[in-house]
Amino acid sequence: MTRRFSVALIAWLAFVAACVAVIGETRFTSDLSAFLPRTPTAEQQVLVDQLKDGMVSRLLLIGIEGGDAKARADVSRALARSLRSDPAFGVVENGEPVHRERDRQLLFENRYLLSPAVSPQRFTVEGLHEAIGESIDLLASPLGLLTKSLLPRDPTGETVVLLEALDAGRRPASFDGTWASPDGQRALLLAQTAAAGSDLDRQQDAIATIERAFAHAVADAPASAADMHLLLSGPGKFAVASRAAIEGEVLRLALVSTALIVALLLFVYRSATALALGLLPVVSGALAGLVAVSLGHDVVHGVTLGFGTTLIGEAVDYAIYLFVQSGHADEAGDRRNNGGAALWRTIRLGVLTSIGGFAALMFSGFPGLAQLGLYSVAGLVAAAATTRFVLPHLVPPGFRIRDVSPLGERLQSLIDAAGRLRGAVLALALAAAVVIPLHRDGVWNHELAALSPVPAGEQALDAALRADLGAPDVRYLVVVTGGDREAALNAADAVGQGLQPLVADGAIGGFESPARFLPAQAVQQARRASLPEPGELADRLDAATAGLPLQPGRLAPFVSDVAAARAAPLLTRADLDGTSFALAVDSLLVAQRDRWTALLPLRAPAAGPHAHELDVAKVRAALGSLASAPALLIDMKGESDRLYADYLREAVLLALAGVAAVVVLLGVALRSVRRVLRVLAPLVAAVLVVVAGLVLAGVALTILHLVGLLLIVAVGSNYALFFDSADAFARPSPRTLASMLFANLTTVVGFGVLAFSSVPVLQAIGGTVGPGAVLALLFSAILAGGRADRRSAEPRSATPLSASGR
Amino acid sequence: MTRAGFFRLLLLSVLVTPGLLHAIPTLAADAWNVERLMSMLGRQAEGRATFTERKYLAVLDAPVESSGELRFRAPDRLEKITLKPRPESLVLEGDTLTVTRGERRHVVKLSDYREAAAFVDSIRATLAGDRGTLERTYALTLGGTAERWKLTLLPRDPAMAEVVSRISITGSRAQLGEIEILQADGDRSVMRIAAAALR
Repeated sequence: MTRRFSVALIAWLAFVAACVAVIGETRFTSDLSAFLPRTPTAEQQVLVDQLKDGMVSRLLLIGIEGGDAKARADVSRALARSLRSDPAFGVVENGEPVHRERDRQLLFENRYLLSPAVSPQRFTVEGLHEAIGESIDLLASPLGLLTKSLLPRDPTGETVVLLEALDAGRRPASFDGTWASPDGQRALLLAQTAAAGSDLDRQQDAIATIERAFAHAVADAPASAADMHLLLSGPGKFAVASRAAIEGEVLRLALVSTALIVALLLFVYRSATALALGLLPVVSGALAGLVAVSLGHDVVHGVTLGFGTTLIGEAVDYAIYLFVQSGHADEAGDRRNNGGAALWRTIRLGVLTSIGGFAALMFSGFPGLAQLGLYSVAGLVAAAATTRFVLPHLVPPGFRIRDVSPLGERLQSLIDAAGRLRGAVLALALAAAVVIPLHRDGVWNHELAALSPVPAGEQALDAALRADLGAPDVRYLVVVTGGDREAALNAADAVGQGLQPLVADGAIGGFESPARFLPAQAVQQARRASLPEPGELADRLDAATAGLPLQPGRLAPFVSDVAAARAAPLLTRADLDGTSFALAVDSLLVAQRDRWTALLPLRAPAAGPHAHELDVAKVRAALGSLASAPALLIDMKGESDRLYADYLREAVLLALAGVAAVVVLLGVALRSVRRVLRVLAPLVAAVLVVVAGLVLAGVALTILHLVGLLLIVAVGSNYALFFDSADAFARPSPRTLASMLFANLTTVVGFGVLAFSSVPVLQAIGGTVGPGAVLALLFSAILAGGRADRRSAEPRSATPLSASGR
Repeated sequence: MTRAGFFRLLLLSVLVTPGLLHAIPTLAADAWNVERLMSMLGRQAEGRATFTERKYLAVLDAPVESSGELRFRAPDRLEKITLKPRPESLVLEGDTLTVTRGERRHVVKLSDYREAAAFVDSIRATLAGDRGTLERTYALTLGGTAERWKLTLLPRDPAMAEVVSRISITGSRAQLGEIEILQADGDRSVMRIAAAALR
């Protein structure tokens, strides 16, 4: 005994040491990548890059509520001033005209490089006549009040062309010169962080800076500002918050489930030794799971550890079976070996079915699920092996736990009585089977957002702030790439020319392009080369103004501006610093993996036959006919829907494969179709009732609920197996019953605690498996009880049957 | 010109016109004064009129002319539809001003521009016969007789005075005939209303 004890202990300690060594090298992450696809298509890659590192990921949306409108505007200005002086922020917008003058100055001074209307034709006599005539017509309109002072220097109206492009986008409402929500109840700001969205530590610092600056701004404001509060949203905020939530949650979930399970074990065993021994398989399983994920994947996601707490509830089951059985078997002497062997057979099959279910997840394209599968499989194997091969040798001689037989016997009589509920279970399952198709429209959640670890409330706030800012969700995006910045800009320019006719005929409302404010050098050169020499231009103006109420002599400033433009250098990205075009260009022109990518978001027309829904076919045709660079039209919504549909299809396949694996295992082990069906019946009923319950509670199911259903089958089959037995007694012993009850309770605790998680993905799995495990046990017991009832009545009816069989 | 200044002028050119659209027959006035005029103008109706506007700009040799239609509907919708030389429409409804020119549509909230909002208030005050509100923005001078009167509006707000020096409106009884806006830089515009088109 002593030698076996030392060998077992040494083997276990060696295992722990190896695990700790591996875990020491493990990288952990809590960013959002657990929820992003592993093998994206080109289109999905754009989506993923935008979410991870795109300029979009650097924008923080800020709202200020409370106080009165005037005070909010003052605090908005003070907050913006403070953030603008902080190098952690690129651009801070709150509607104040901090950039307006420089924007207009840049457009005006570089109008002959920027205006798409500039061409050699425009500076011919006819071209000038037409352009100047149009500018004079504009003077007659109310808009002419704006352009009047520009006429002598810009008679061809290039500034107007540029300003119209500038003002094309919707702007937020404002109050007192600062942005406000349309209902006037919120002040709004937009801050771009210098750090990438995926740099969570710096995002966290940026958020803390905003909160500090807001607190100072409120403190300096009049008393009416005292009840103001800050609203913050945006990808960076989400990433930081979900990291904090997952990190806090993992610790909290682990502590709560450990505490509950320890309490349960103490109640059952009434022995500190037994508790320590009982937790041994749990620790082994957790370590083995972590090591497996660490070796199998680049990084371990925090959310995997969150899921992993469910393993605590499962792994402790094996020790419960062992103790409750062996505690009694010591006295039973000769029955020990037989009983033990039968028990192990059943446990082994249970472990195998659980592994079958979890193993299916390992093939998921969703890194979070793949890790959960691997973690659980490795954890279960290690926990079961520890229980089987190490634990028995560590049990001290004369080890005894409280006798749970009386509880088991009470359960036995309860089950016998519950057998009468057999019909009720069938009716419930049938009712559930009817309810689900009736609600089939609302059963599935079709939004990718459902997978997001961001709570629904936060997502709603984000949507509200975006709507307030008048930033409509960009649905369609044209993407072109090039080997360098110039190549990408050239391609963007070509796409822009292809799209322009579609704007004119109303197929699209408009588009943004990085080439609008930073045209490719070649394009700028061509425009500059269109400008005639001063002497030549003056001559042409004499002819061009004939018949117009404008003396050519008044246009001398125009001639000298054009002369200056001919000698001026081309516009570069650096020239845009200090204007709002810097943010626009940086958002739309990005360097990624040695390539430059230009993004051209499309707007739907506000009116006309394609109002609010642009003509995709025409856009595709226009892009297809471009000779230059291949342009990719991305439907962001379609792409994310497709991503989700892929996930869903994959999850359905995996769930079916998992169930198939469980069924095959049962078939091989039980060698009887009837017995397999008997084991599955309560599980199917449990799954149906859980789905119906979720649907009736108004929960739209995500793929995580689907995974939860698979786990009900995988975990619940353990209980069903105990109630199934080939031998004539056909029922578990009272001790087995008691241990099953405890095992079920620990499983429910493990998953049930997840159901109270604030991280939606964890909550979905916990809320499915927790109730499902209880129902699986309950239904298994009731259906088994029902069979026992019939069997006790059988002898009378069996004789005629067997007689007729002869 | 500043953006706010531009919008002040823009509104000015549109918003002083609604009073012209009221062709309410009036009895001979006992005492002709601002209050009497306000009460005549304040009775609102739905209406249409054609207009011809000439702008005299220092930069041009000849005035530029535009023409089109004005439509008003109580309580707060005003349209200025320019047909010549280029189609253009301005629609003011409630707090929202929409300018459409060619394919371009500009939508502006009046409340974004405090001076402009004050101006709208004053126009609405005119329509409602609320002389008190009107006089908060302008100094009013009424000359002539009920048959042939001239109302002069001088901005009280210095910011507004930087853009507009004076607005003169002439008319006969509740019938307005001409609006002249004199800008601070010396340019001016004159809008004649063909009131006969009113329905």
